[in-house]
Amino acid sequence: MAIKKDYEDIPGTFVFDADRGREGYHLNQFCISLRLQKNRDAFNADEEGYLDAYPMTPEQRDAVLKREWNRLLELGGNIYYTSKLAANDGINFQDLAGIMTGMGREAYRDMMLNGGRSPEGNRYQSEWDEKETD
Amino acid sequence: MARITAGVGCSHVPAIGVAMDTGITDQPYWQPVFKGFEKSREWIKEKNPDVIFLVYNDHCTVFDASCIPTFALGCAAEFAPADEGWGPRPVPVVKNHQKMASHIAQSLILDEFDITIMNEMEVDHGLTVPLSVMYGDKTPEDEWPALVIPLCVNVVQYPAPTGNRCYNLGKAIRRAVESFDEDLNVVIFGTGGMSHQLQYKRAGLINQEWDTAFLDRLTSDPVGLSQMPHVEYLREAGSEGVEMVMWHVMRGALDDDVTEVHRHYHVPASNTAVGHIILENKAS
Repeated sequence: MAIKKDYEDIPGTFVFDADRGREGYHLNQFCISLRLQKNRDAFNADEEGYLDAYPMTPEQRDAVLKREWNRLLELGGNIYYTSKLAANDGINFQDLAGIMTGMGREAYRDMMLNGGRSPEGNRYQSEWDEKETD
Repeated sequence: MARITAGVGCSHVPAIGVAMDTGITDQPYWQPVFKGFEKSREWIKEKNPDVIFLVYNDHCTVFDASCIPTFALGCAAEFAPADEGWGPRPVPVVKNHQKMASHIAQSLILDEFDITIMNEMEVDHGLTVPLSVMYGDKTPEDEWPALVIPLCVNVVQYPAPTGNRCYNLGKAIRRAVESFDEDLNVVIFGTGGMSHQLQYKRAGLINQEWDTAFLDRLTSDPVGLSQMPHVEYLREAGSEGVEMVMWHVMRGALDDDVTEVHRHYHVPASNTAVGHIILENKAS
């Protein structure tokens, strides 16, 4: 019997479990390679050629080239890995969050300065579904 | 014999390290974060531990997805700060008490905690930021005032070890320390957290009420706290808030009765709630 995923109903969140780890393996291995300067140099000189060494899916490869940060997570990427690609592009964790939430840099930073995103209304997917139908 | 006299819980937000490394800790954004560690720096100077047993997680820096040990004990002679994608932190190399680390490795495995032994390892901000906030600015030419035994815990790929497992590991670490035949003052650190979510559309989640209750229960109800299921961390404290399981290792290694001697909590540091606590064994 499969292990029940009691965390799937948390809205706006991917839990990086074994299934995601399997799907995202080559994507994440590509991302972590960018922690070293020589690899960043090689990638920045020829992105397509560098990616050929990582047998990721065409969708994952496309999302890397287009820097579709949420899509990378949807396709099995993990934030600690994808943040290496962001760092390569000069984007830090907070600005990356500003992009992923769709809020933009300033609004996101302001939200954090005001205590962050409240858990109220953000615990269950059903709470987000209700907001959308309002 | 060696003995554990106190525990430190501490966030390890990378931006805190960047703020120290770039000399901007006096800026209004950072000033309240560092203010809360002033007392801690006096405390640790006074306490002057010989060895810090430091529980932390690697952030896909040293461990890539090819090998994911749940518990990895640093047994190398020293650990260099790693390049995490923006160059290594300009802080001292971390020196181990290698003989004690290998003793602990052996003791833990015979005590049925099947840890991974790391004879070569670099360390990322998860380990060096807590040292920096507790000891203040250090350059690569300096030395950390204590030897450090690192224990790296997987909290990146779900599931992290359970809180209960971490708490009991803390007890086994204590048994290992107390069976080491050298008179050493050991302080244990549990790091990470507090509430934060770095990813996707719910990024920025902060739950001050939950964090406060967690800090309270470290003293009043540590066993009950260690029973909290993963889904509660994920839902209430954000997907990256599950790092908090590492604090149970620290708590398990202390006496049942402890005294809270210091607490600090501040929002935000980048995407994260900064939490910090110092607990002392009553007897020591």
